[in-house]
Amino acid sequence: MNTSLSKLVGGKEGLVGLAVLAAIIFVVLPLGVDIFRLNLVGKYLTYAFVAVSLVLLWGNGGILSLGQGIFFGLGGYGMAMFMKLEASDPITTKIQTTPGIPDFMDWNQITSLPWFWEPFKSLPLTILIILTIPALFAYLIGFAMFKRRVGGVYFAIITQAIALILSILIVGQQGFTGGVNGITDLKTVWGWDTRNDSAKYILYYLNGFLLFGAILLSKYVLNSKFGMLLLAMRDKEERVRFSGYDVSNFKIFIFCLAAMISAVGGAMFTLQVGFMSPSFVGIVPSIEMVIFCAVGGRASLIGAVYGTLFVNFGKTFFSESYPELWLFIMGGLFIAVVMFFPDGLAGIWAKYSHKLNFFKKKSSVIVAEMPSDITKKDADKKMANDIGVTNIEGAKA
Amino acid sequence: MFGYSMADIGNIMVMQGFSGLSMFTVLLLMALGLAIIFGQMGVINMAHGEFMTIGAYTTVMLSKVATTYGFVNYYFVFAIILAFILAFALGYFIEFIMIRHLYKRPLDTLLATWGLSLVMQQSFRSTFGAKEVSAELPEWMLGSFKPTPDIDIPINGVFVMILALLVTAGVYMFMYRSRWGLRVRATVQNRVMAGAVGINTQKVDRVTFALGCGIAGIAGAAFTTIASTGPTTGTLYIVDSFMVVVFGGAASLMGTIASAFGIAQAQSILQFFMTSSMGKVSTLLVIVGILMMKPEGLFASKLRK
Repeated sequence: MNTSLSKLVGGKEGLVGLAVLAAIIFVVLPLGVDIFRLNLVGKYLTYAFVAVSLVLLWGNGGILSLGQGIFFGLGGYGMAMFMKLEASDPITTKIQTTPGIPDFMDWNQITSLPWFWEPFKSLPLTILIILTIPALFAYLIGFAMFKRRVGGVYFAIITQAIALILSILIVGQQGFTGGVNGITDLKTVWGWDTRNDSAKYILYYLNGFLLFGAILLSKYVLNSKFGMLLLAMRDKEERVRFSGYDVSNFKIFIFCLAAMISAVGGAMFTLQVGFMSPSFVGIVPSIEMVIFCAVGGRASLIGAVYGTLFVNFGKTFFSESYPELWLFIMGGLFIAVVMFFPDGLAGIWAKYSHKLNFFKKKSSVIVAEMPSDITKKDADKKMANDIGVTNIEGAKA
Repeated sequence: MFGYSMADIGNIMVMQGFSGLSMFTVLLLMALGLAIIFGQMGVINMAHGEFMTIGAYTTVMLSKVATTYGFVNYYFVFAIILAFILAFALGYFIEFIMIRHLYKRPLDTLLATWGLSLVMQQSFRSTFGAKEVSAELPEWMLGSFKPTPDIDIPINGVFVMILALLVTAGVYMFMYRSRWGLRVRATVQNRVMAGAVGINTQKVDRVTFALGCGIAGIAGAAFTTIASTGPTTGTLYIVDSFMVVVFGGAASLMGTIASAFGIAQAQSILQFFMTSSMGKVSTLLVIVGILMMKPEGLFASKLRK
């Protein structure tokens, strides 16, 4: 293996981690569960895109965005708008007052396609929009905020407010966006039916490959000189600034990259699940995605994927079996992870893996393992490490 | 304008303005508590809305007791006191077991308290049921006050407004005219030095946090007079209250009052002329826009960059 490639995957240990994750996603899960559950896993893995983006942004950059749902939603809505237009051709919609426009527009007395829906008639243009518009939006937000050295808590609150604005807007403008039900009844992409089993397998694998692409891209970014700067900014922003670096540009870049990765996740979500609704845009999903990232280990790219799967499997299991308990467990998990395991599953793994000599084979244990015997003292010591400290000086100035 | 005559517009302004005032009082009481916790301690309490819900449920429960034992006419005073005490006590406890471990990680307090809010919401749902409940209002609070035939001003609105003003005055007295407030401000300015001159900074933190939660409890009691209470009532106000605090400039009492007033009025009046969602969206957009121009808020104390 040449050095640049080795650097990319993070040495031997990183390679093993990636290989185990690949084995789980591409071999174990498709063989182990039926297509219905696999589709569900595919849905969870689209959230993992957001969790990975948060590892870049929050775990390594120290910028907590409570609005990643914005970008997930923009990506998802972009794809949904394309598929909706394809599903509403003039022949299938001929009973409408205005054939050829999406059904919810017809219900809301809209008689022609709004201008911002026009580009979504073409797939290449849609993909281009999914990749650029969220990043552009992130650029605008990032430019306005980071150039004025708004950070930390203030950035979190403002991104949260923007997520709220977007979700209210989508719900309120029913005629243009499908309102609270979202955009439903999505069937085909370029005539290819996405609802049958073979399409679901193909989409699952496509999703997996894209997720690996996102992880490798993130690894590349984090292992570069830029990644070092990102860490330095997280831990001592002022010092980086005084060393002559333009901190705000780096922050804007990482925010845009995170937005783009989240948007790809959103688009894959729409493809696999077959609809998109404002309930994946607002405040609650945005914070939940932060929790996926925190549970997996906020600084670990692979941990984020495990964290997403772990929380979502838990959510599915408990909300099917004990719906009343679910919020207690979810809330308790938030509190426990933040207070006692700030490094999440990845931190627990790093702590205990050296005790297992045969660690190479066993990395999948991470998902199942949730040690309860961690002592108070350890927890305090861990807390003292202060992984998530971002400077509020920047925000206050 | 919009097909209304000038006199209509005037009346609409007064009445919408007044319904905005009711919202202003709830927002103000919520934001006062948050401003104390966030402005003084830098802790983001996402469970603040749930502390408000505690106050609201306390009032509802007490109103049930009051109807049984026939003291409906003045139970509300006890409800406010009880709401404050319960929320204060819970806040005190939460600070002790949770918040004090997280002071060095402000962003993490946000996540942990979000978890707390989920737990609290589910506790409300399990205890009081998912249905919304409302308090029995005493008779003197019902009805409305009519200065002209076209203007209707509900009396409960007037009552909560007076309550909010009293609480604001109380907070001002506490923060700027009492020994306790002096200790709180000293701890905020220089924790180590405050400790060195004999202030028990841990205790100050605990009381400050609990006080903020207690005020949220009063907000909940006020809330029952204008709307019904459900397990997720608190979440409706949490983002708005944060916007109020940030917009006003975190540590400034005047700023909090001014921005609560501005935000509530803007939403209320815009909601009449647009749909309610667009009114909210445009208000929030303006706030976010202004915050991007002036991130330190409207009334921030001068800082050198």
